[in-house]
Amino acid sequence: MSESSAALPPMSAGPRHGVRIFATWAIATAIVVPVMIWVVGPHIPPGSTSQQARDQHDVNVALTALAMPVLLMIWVYFGYAVRNFRQEGEVVVDGPPITGNARIQATWLIVTSVMVLGLAVFGTIDLLSTGGSGGGEGPAPLAKPADAASALQVQVIGQQWEWTFRYPGYGGVETTELALPVGREVEFHVTSLDVAHSFWAYELAVKADAIPGSDNVAYVKALRTGSFQVRCAELCGLWHGHMNTTGSVLTDAGFATWIANEQKENAAVTKDLPPYSHVYYPAPLRNG
Amino acid sequence: MESSSVSVHRTVTSRPSAWRALRGYNVIWATALAIGGYALGHWLGSKIGANSVAQTSTDQDDVAILMGLGFATLGWIAGLGFLSYPLGRITGRPSTLREREEHGPWRYFSLCTDHKVVAIQYLVAVLFFFFVAGLNAMFIRGELTSDNATFIQAGNYLTLVGLHGTMMLMMMSAGVLGPLGNYLVPIMIGSRRMAFPRVESLTMWLTVLAGFVLLSAILLGGFPTGWTGYAPLADQARAGIDAYIVSFMLIGISLALVGVNMIATIITMRAPGMTWSRLPIFVWGMLTTSILAVLAAPVLAAALIMVIFDRAVETSFFVAATGGSPFLWDELFWFFGHPEVYILALPGFGIVLEILPVFARKPLWGYRLAVAGMFGVALLSFMVWQHHLFVSGINANLRPFYMFSTELISIPTGVIFLNGMGTLWRARIRFTVPMLFSLAFFFNFLIGGLSGVFLSDVSSDVTTHGSYFVMAHFHYTIMGGLVFALMGGIYYWLPKVTGFKLNEKLGKVHFWTMFVFFNLTFFPLFAAGMLGMPRRVSSYNADLHTLNVFVSIAAFCLGASMLIFLGNLVWSVVFKRERAEANPWQSLSLEWQLPSPVPVHNFDRIPTINSDPYGYGFPDAPAVADFGPRVLAGEAGAT
Repeated sequence: MSESSAALPPMSAGPRHGVRIFATWAIATAIVVPVMIWVVGPHIPPGSTSQQARDQHDVNVALTALAMPVLLMIWVYFGYAVRNFRQEGEVVVDGPPITGNARIQATWLIVTSVMVLGLAVFGTIDLLSTGGSGGGEGPAPLAKPADAASALQVQVIGQQWEWTFRYPGYGGVETTELALPVGREVEFHVTSLDVAHSFWAYELAVKADAIPGSDNVAYVKALRTGSFQVRCAELCGLWHGHMNTTGSVLTDAGFATWIANEQKENAAVTKDLPPYSHVYYPAPLRNG
Repeated sequence: MESSSVSVHRTVTSRPSAWRALRGYNVIWATALAIGGYALGHWLGSKIGANSVAQTSTDQDDVAILMGLGFATLGWIAGLGFLSYPLGRITGRPSTLREREEHGPWRYFSLCTDHKVVAIQYLVAVLFFFFVAGLNAMFIRGELTSDNATFIQAGNYLTLVGLHGTMMLMMMSAGVLGPLGNYLVPIMIGSRRMAFPRVESLTMWLTVLAGFVLLSAILLGGFPTGWTGYAPLADQARAGIDAYIVSFMLIGISLALVGVNMIATIITMRAPGMTWSRLPIFVWGMLTTSILAVLAAPVLAAALIMVIFDRAVETSFFVAATGGSPFLWDELFWFFGHPEVYILALPGFGIVLEILPVFARKPLWGYRLAVAGMFGVALLSFMVWQHHLFVSGINANLRPFYMFSTELISIPTGVIFLNGMGTLWRARIRFTVPMLFSLAFFFNFLIGGLSGVFLSDVSSDVTTHGSYFVMAHFHYTIMGGLVFALMGGIYYWLPKVTGFKLNEKLGKVHFWTMFVFFNLTFFPLFAAGMLGMPRRVSSYNADLHTLNVFVSIAAFCLGASMLIFLGNLVWSVVFKRERAEANPWQSLSLEWQLPSPVPVHNFDRIPTINSDPYGYGFPDAPAVADFGPRVLAGEAGAT
């Protein structure tokens, strides 16, 4: 573990490499992290259309801010090493024979372990406290928002290559458009009739896989009226990329008018639908 | 040059001279028998399945196609001569473990038990399929220059996506284990061969067959599932998926066998004095990768058998309506699939940690920690697979556990960074092409790893799951990590393998174009994912059009930089043929103490190992090995 060797020419510019690297890193971090939080941060998706979008936005900003010191540490170190520890010319000179340093290794392990534990605790608390953060949570959600009991239930049904929506609270009416009331908790029940799809309401920050024979619950509370995009986020065959639609967040009165209209228009169809259920088992379509 | 002392296996002993080159088992007979086998299997299958409901209800006969592919595999193996050894043992004929090791150029087209020949076969095969899959990527990026499906039909687009993904995954899993692992592991541990030389050759020829079987999906109508083959889409798909199933099974079998062979070799064939603490770090990388391959690949093969049954005889493993569950496939696939992505990472760690000390002229910093890190990654990789299913609704209450276990992996992965940083500390860096690729590995893998932290957090994953963010993430780890390391490895070891120098200037042009355009291609895709672009779509929101055109242009330049690499290989090895010195990098490692290229039997005497190969800077470091009375290093170039 001797750090010097008779065969070695002396290192140029003294041995204060560690201090310089640390100072560069500290300055870079002090500049970059605030920029990431306050300049870039507000533009990081998925925005603030729903409570869940806000939650995910906050997490994405937090993770970006946490990633920066790590990124910068490695970049500064490698940049410094590449710049200062180089050997010019054809001569091949050995460096100091340092094979390790127990204290640095232990420190590194402790620091990364603490960071990882912190991340896991942060992620778990965040997941539970945000009512699942808009993600699909299966038939019996672990994390529910406070007003889940009074939530509006909307079933999302994926099939190749169309989304349809059923409102069990309104006579099980099935629509091809998705409309939600603003400011009210919504409980999506996502399922599929054929292959796996994934219901992705982008601006609402909801994503839940639609799996045949499975009831996948996700919560959302829209905070603003307006439209949002619905896409399919799981490869589902030929027109996967076209499985899009536009949904809308309406005022309470607007929603009441809309759903009443849908009930009236679809009355004949609703009569012939199978009774509302969390899962459906149509005969499988096999082999082309 | 066809005459040999090991002709006992060859049933044909005399032929007209025009047929000399074709005599015996080789890839030409294998191809003929594979095609014949397909015809026979197809005919048998169509007879068997003729009256079943499963087959009469569709326009494609899965039983016949699957049996055809099965018989084609048998024909391929028989044509290459893999059956002659077991049959010879049964009939009591004398046998040998060494075959066609001195047969001139034809040994590259047949079953050869020289591990160096197998490695070169592997390298050519893997690079060939790598370029085929890369070409698919060019078509994909071409289609994505428009925000709506234009010049590629939607079904063909999905087939391109599936072929690109599956081919890359298959070939890159074998991409380091096959060429570099087979070539270097025996030499690095002081052995003359792998533990099971015939198995070694079998794994290579199965890989070639798997590549061509996968390409045959094009003739069978393509497949729409991507590389993940999710049920029930795979169940519903047309016969192209049968080619995907069979090719992936072949690779699964091949990978498991490579793993067994590597583990056996590393445990039992080490030269005297090659203690565990002297094992080169690359060999540790191969060992941990092999452990993953042995434990994970059979799960894939088994799951694919279930898909075969679901398709061919209407079982219901994955069909919800008749009692199965699509989740079963997700579980089995990702139980294989996540260790698989570390099969694509650990070899990269091994390569860069092997290269860094040579060009830093310093010992590998924290050797034991690096080994522990690799084992940590290997162990944890089996405990994280449900992070692919965070929003699927399966076992939702276990998400905090999988979030935790996924984040835990960053500890052993971080260790590899520490090893790299420690090795560079006060080093004497020479910026050769292999060193540039190794340094770029850390740059890229860091971005890949940090984006993985976003994906491991459930809330953040809801934003990015199934989007281009994921796609950018794993391209940063697999292409930015493994492929950069592989390129570094090729530039580093090819002079040893071929005996010829690679052009340094072209290599640097290749490196810089690849590095710049790789980052220009994939970094913007993080943004595309965050902005809502799902994976595997050929039409997307108009507001992402400019971004995608930019990415496509960068991707074409990336493709062009790969052509520079190809040009360098062909120019340096086929045309220029400038002899490489035995040890152009002044490395202390065992393989560089041998002549270039390495003679058939590697070592005239099995060497005695004196130390680990990282003794840089120690003034009194012993020679890495004692070669006995004859020191081969003095005979550089004398082949």
